[in-house]
Amino acid sequence: MIFGTDLTIALIAIAPFLASFLAPFIFRFSGYFAGWILAIIPASIFIYLLGFIKPVSEGGFIQSSLEWIPQYNLNFSFFIDGLSLSFALLISGIGTFIVIYSGKYLKGHPDQGKFLAYILMFMGSMLGLVLADNLVVLFIFWELTSITSFLLIGFDHKRQASRRAAIQALVVTGAGGLALLVGVIILQQLLGNWEFSAIRNYSDYLQSLNIYPLVLILISIAAFTKSAQFPFHFWLPNAMEAPTPVSAFLHSATMVKAGVYLLARMNPLLGASDLWFIILTIFGSVTLLWGAIWALKQTDMKLMLAQTTVASLGLLVILIGVGTEIAISAMVIYLVAHALYKAGLFLLVGIIDHGTGTRNITELAGLKKFLPISFIAAIIGAISMAGLPPAIGFFAKEEMYLALMRFDIDAILIISVLILGNSFMLVVGAAIATKPFLGEIKPTPLKPHEGNLALLSGPILFGILALAAGIFISDFGKLFVNPTASTIYNYLVENHLKWYIGMFFKPLILFSIITWIIGAILFYRLENIRSFLRRLDDGFNWDFDKGFDAIIFSLIRFADFLTRLWHHGRLELYMVVVFILLAASVLIPLTLTGAIPSISATIPYLTFYEWGVIIMAALGLFALLIARTRLVAIVSMGIQGFAVALIFMLFGAPDLAFTQFMVEILTVVILALVMSRLYLDRRDNRIFEDVLRDGSIALIGGVGISILLIAIVQNPLDLRLTEFFALTSKPIAHGSNIVNVILVDYRGLDTLGEIAVVMTAGIAVLALIRIRAGGPQMGIGAAKNNKRRNKNKLASKKTSSSSANKRSRKNSTRNININMKQGKAKR
Amino acid sequence: MEIALAILIGMFFAVSIYLLLSRAIIRMLLGISIFGNAVNLLIFTAGRLTKETPPIVPMGEEILLEPFANPLPQALILTAIVIGFALFTFLLVLGYRAYQELDADDTDTMRIAEPERAPRPPLTY
Repeated sequence: MIFGTDLTIALIAIAPFLASFLAPFIFRFSGYFAGWILAIIPASIFIYLLGFIKPVSEGGFIQSSLEWIPQYNLNFSFFIDGLSLSFALLISGIGTFIVIYSGKYLKGHPDQGKFLAYILMFMGSMLGLVLADNLVVLFIFWELTSITSFLLIGFDHKRQASRRAAIQALVVTGAGGLALLVGVIILQQLLGNWEFSAIRNYSDYLQSLNIYPLVLILISIAAFTKSAQFPFHFWLPNAMEAPTPVSAFLHSATMVKAGVYLLARMNPLLGASDLWFIILTIFGSVTLLWGAIWALKQTDMKLMLAQTTVASLGLLVILIGVGTEIAISAMVIYLVAHALYKAGLFLLVGIIDHGTGTRNITELAGLKKFLPISFIAAIIGAISMAGLPPAIGFFAKEEMYLALMRFDIDAILIISVLILGNSFMLVVGAAIATKPFLGEIKPTPLKPHEGNLALLSGPILFGILALAAGIFISDFGKLFVNPTASTIYNYLVENHLKWYIGMFFKPLILFSIITWIIGAILFYRLENIRSFLRRLDDGFNWDFDKGFDAIIFSLIRFADFLTRLWHHGRLELYMVVVFILLAASVLIPLTLTGAIPSISATIPYLTFYEWGVIIMAALGLFALLIARTRLVAIVSMGIQGFAVALIFMLFGAPDLAFTQFMVEILTVVILALVMSRLYLDRRDNRIFEDVLRDGSIALIGGVGISILLIAIVQNPLDLRLTEFFALTSKPIAHGSNIVNVILVDYRGLDTLGEIAVVMTAGIAVLALIRIRAGGPQMGIGAAKNNKRRNKNKLASKKTSSSSANKRSRKNSTRNININMKQGKAKR
Repeated sequence: MEIALAILIGMFFAVSIYLLLSRAIIRMLLGISIFGNAVNLLIFTAGRLTKETPPIVPMGEEILLEPFANPLPQALILTAIVIGFALFTFLLVLGYRAYQELDADDTDTMRIAEPERAPRPPLTY
């Protein structure tokens, strides 16, 4: 059901980009308040989006489209439905507080303006991604999130770890982006439309095609790389090199959810098949357990949270894979719950780091007295993370267990994985909320202090929202869960979420109780588990990180190998390649198309003086080839040049002939001047094999050009341009000499360019002759130069004066050339 | 008559390619100059040959009547000759200065930009 169209939706994605251009200037004027000022943009987007909640929850669907390349049916089209609205609200809502938080967190950092610009750019990309209807637009914003994530992870680019993490994230998510592009193109080819809203109901047709598994795998690769699913999970913990607000925003609440978003979005089209179920649940389960277990190994609280993010993403993927109505509802609730508590906890870790100088959980204790508000916010976050009532996390857990209340082997396996994963995550949440705050105070690098309003506003509000959403679950379900789940499930999902006393006495609650009990036991033995996992990890000397390094380094080595193969530094071999290709590109098409002309054996009819000129040119070339002395070489250069000029003269091109004469004289004079200063070998010192190689390449090339030219002149010539010039030269351009009219009138700008080239060459020659201050200090010439410096003092004076002569001569040549042409034009 | 010129142009190309494949800078320069002539003649002949009638509108006439030499290739070549000359002088001086600085006119010994043992790329990020 289309509710209406609204162009302002496109503006939602564009506005943050506009703000990002202003960010550095706003930062310059307002310093630390820039965070507060720039937060207006995401805040107003959020408020604007709130207005859509009601229509969307009533089944509305708002579209907007800007024309892009209509020939290919490509438009910047956006739409708002339940799924995109929930994501957009999360992005803009959390984003608002991230921007405020960044203002304080990076206070005093010289690049803070840049940072805020990147964050806003990311926000725009992410909003565009979730609002995009056109699949190409979706891909573009997908890639933009990868790029902005690269910039943000590598923000502290002076550290190698940071650069490595940034490159890693870019390579992994970029590779997934390519898979997405291919998948999207296949979809368009199969279904004939770029708009997702137009193809979402073709799932039966698509899934009956043989190519469906390929599409599914491509889309899964895209989603798995972005959402850090096993085996692509390793980039996400490394991305914690980024400043904490980035980790909270990109790498827990929004960007890493883009993969989940993609799967959810594609669910109506690709979902509900066996393959979909198998791929998503298996990879999701491995990711969930892997992330949850390694989270216990970490002592850096940020890394603990990062690993549980990996686990949570796995959990979301499992739920999409299961794909029943309740599983999808559970996924939506968990998505919101996770975004709220994870962003909040990340920001709290940032506050602890900011306030004490460390975020190592073993070095922190007893901060309750110094950071009381943070403590309360952390407890609320942990409650939601542990799935305790009344927080929203409780319902997320209940729903996912409810979805798998079946007695078949799949459901039992999956539910066991979920219980284990949830209890591990409970441990991490409890550890972060209690260990740093309770117990005896430990010495920290900084004197512990609480964060201010800018830092605390986010975590507090997220905590309140997590509680509120849990308490008012029935409204939350009606306004958010049902519309979102309906979009993913593609059927209307009915509301069934509410509080009642009976729910604590139903068998379902048993699963939660098991989760809490396992969690409590694990929490009690956390130190032992950690040291066990550490020993286990030390036992292996390979991990995914090392594998990534190996791939990148072998790529560098391969690039080096290729460069050395092609850029070997032997100029004559480069030339050999060029001319072999020239000969091949002339001869091969001629042979393949059968265009080789038949050449009659009759001697062409030419007058004796024409023959004379041609023979003269040939003799000049031959003499040049066998020239043993400089003088012979220069004279034979001159001979062939004059022969060319005479050919121009004989065949109706006097202008060319004059210019050629002029240029040929100057060439010979300059050549004589320069050659007399070079002490050259008299002979061409090529060895016989080289003569053979070069000779045959030259011969083949020459013959090829001859054949090409003969083939060309046997075909008719399109003379329309020539006729145009002949007809219009006098009446329109008022010049009789058509060649000159073309040069100075029809193609006047070309002639201007030509003059510029001559001038540039003159300046370059001047520079070459002038710049000789001591010669190179290093390299081949250096030692010799130093030796000769004293000896050559006199000589250099002489050369500079002669080069000055040459220069002035050349300048006059240029003037002559130009004057000549212009003069003739006026004729 | 185009065939005779086509064969001559083939010779121009062959000689210039042979010279350009030399390792001696000065021979390469000669090759460049001849290559320029060869290309100019190629364009000239491809635009068809007409004997002794330059494309100039006679006095008192408004339009030019057949037959006349094709002016379009001539305009192209006129530009090419001048630019070719500028390139040639620049290369000549470049070669001359390289000879002065490096005391070499053999391209195998002129390897500052691409040294024989270039360092390997670092295996870091």
